Amino acid sequence: MLVSPDAPAPFIRLQGVSKVYRGRGQDFLAVSDATFDVAPGSLVSLVGPSGCGKSTLLKILAGLHGHDDGQVTIGSPQHPFDPGRDVGMVFQAPLLLKWRRILENVLLPAEILGLPMAAARERARALLAMVGLAGFEDKYPYELSGGMQQRASIARALVHDPKLLLMDEPFGALDALTRDRMNIELLRIWQESGKTIIFVTHGVQEAVLLGTQVVVLTAGPARMADHFNVDLPHPRRLALRNDPKFGEYTQRIYHLLGLD
Amino acid sequence: MKTDKGGEARRFGLAVLMHLLLVAAWHFFVVLGEVPSFVMPTPVDTVKALFAGDYRWGENLLTTAGEIFGGYALAVVIGIGSALIFSWSRLTEEVVMPLLVSLNMIPKVALGPLIIVWFSYGFLPNTVIAFSIAYFPIVLTTARGLREVEPELIDLVRSIRGSRWQIFTKIQFPGALPYIFSGMKVAAVLAVAGAIVGEFLGSERGLGYLMLQVQVTLDTAAMFMAVILITMIGVVLYGLVLALERAMVVRDARVS
Ligand SMILES: Nc1ncnc2c1ncn2[C@@H]1O[C@H](COP(=O)(O)OP(=O)(O)O)[C@@H](O)[C@H]1O
Ligand SMILES: [Mg+2]
Repeated sequence: MLVSPDAPAPFIRLQGVSKVYRGRGQDFLAVSDATFDVAPGSLVSLVGPSGCGKSTLLKILAGLHGHDDGQVTIGSPQHPFDPGRDVGMVFQAPLLLKWRRILENVLLPAEILGLPMAAARERARALLAMVGLAGFEDKYPYELSGGMQQRASIARALVHDPKLLLMDEPFGALDALTRDRMNIELLRIWQESGKTIIFVTHGVQEAVLLGTQVVVLTAGPARMADHFNVDLPHPRRLALRNDPKFGEYTQRIYHLLGLD
Repeated sequence: MKTDKGGEARRFGLAVLMHLLLVAAWHFFVVLGEVPSFVMPTPVDTVKALFAGDYRWGENLLTTAGEIFGGYALAVVIGIGSALIFSWSRLTEEVVMPLLVSLNMIPKVALGPLIIVWFSYGFLPNTVIAFSIAYFPIVLTTARGLREVEPELIDLVRSIRGSRWQIFTKIQFPGALPYIFSGMKVAAVLAVAGAIVGEFLGSERGLGYLMLQVQVTLDTAAMFMAVILITMIGVVLYGLVLALERAMVVRDARVS
């Protein structure tokens, strides 16, 4: 990425980041030389095949485990970042607590952080409305469909108002139609909330449809293959997938993954 | 939800009806088959046994119930307690768990004579036998439940620096409750059997002891009554556990 003097400071800067899992006698390089900047408020798609280190990179960003080489910087003077409370996470499975009602599920991070509960409750209700679950506050998870549960888990990830939302293949388990709908919903939620989002996927179309920038990772050996901005207008719709420019971006990724 | 309630009432009514039918079938089997009363008494004769002879039903009932509830309560407390220790200390689990799995294979009633040697006979050894038989399902299922935590859920909590204690109280323990209750339900049935075996082996009080006494005099009606009372203690215990489960575990999370 070109660095110009008047460009805003990046929110996230990764420089030559690598991660080795140390096993019995055998070390495994899961991420190597990941280098890219993320502007505040962008939505970055991390795309690549299974095992290319997407989840590992996300865990490094979440501060869940260290890395071996390189530097990870999150936050800037204009956008301070508190690693203890500014991360929200969404996974492939909704991971809602079966014994809690939806509202109580959404409140979990607020409880853990010890936030004032009355305000958190208000916020949780507003977030549930934003993800389209108004009226479901008092339901149990089993009363909701998979897509609705995933919406609730997005609300949960936002309840403590984190600056960074990390999503690990959040729509990977949904059927194609629900996934399409959730893509559009996520774009709306991203625009309404102004969060910086790192979105992990192995869907090439999904990566381009959602991302303001795309990072392509490849496996065997782990490598960051490409990093580019997606210059497509917002708000985006599903029909954008028929746009020739969209096709060029997906083609670029398919090529890097050796799928053309 | 409404239809659910209706279905429940229907099932309950059906259950009551079936029990009444069983008693009726019992009655007519004895009367029409002209079965001698020392082989099988009628339901009415069985109830009459409560008022005949000097069997001290109340005292014997309380003794047996005390052994069962006492042994069971011990098993719940110590069973859940030891599973918690296992989940907090990996080393303890690795060292002790293989032993527990082997000890679980011992038919606990076979330990009865030994326990009586160690604890003399009476209330205490019978409680210990009930405990020893009820302990294993509780500790094993609780340990299993505490192990079943989604690693990604732990990641989620740790990403906002949640403590181990928070993970335990908010995720791990409530998640283990359905497992704990499934162990407790199995254990409730076993505790009853354990206490009665203890009374058979050696005691001077309790419904099991009473059964051995009236066996000698061929008072079959009293034996029937004793079995019914023992069963009722078990039903009450099981019912209490079920009620507690209903209060504490959301329906969908229950392990049947
Ligand atoms: N805790 C771990 N220990 C050892 N190897 C791991 C561990 N986690 C992941 N790996 C390995 O690192 C590689 C990258 O994993 P991951 O980041 O989960 O990939 P992705 O999310 O892209 O599928 C995989 O080959 C995986 O087997
Ligand atoms: Mg992954």
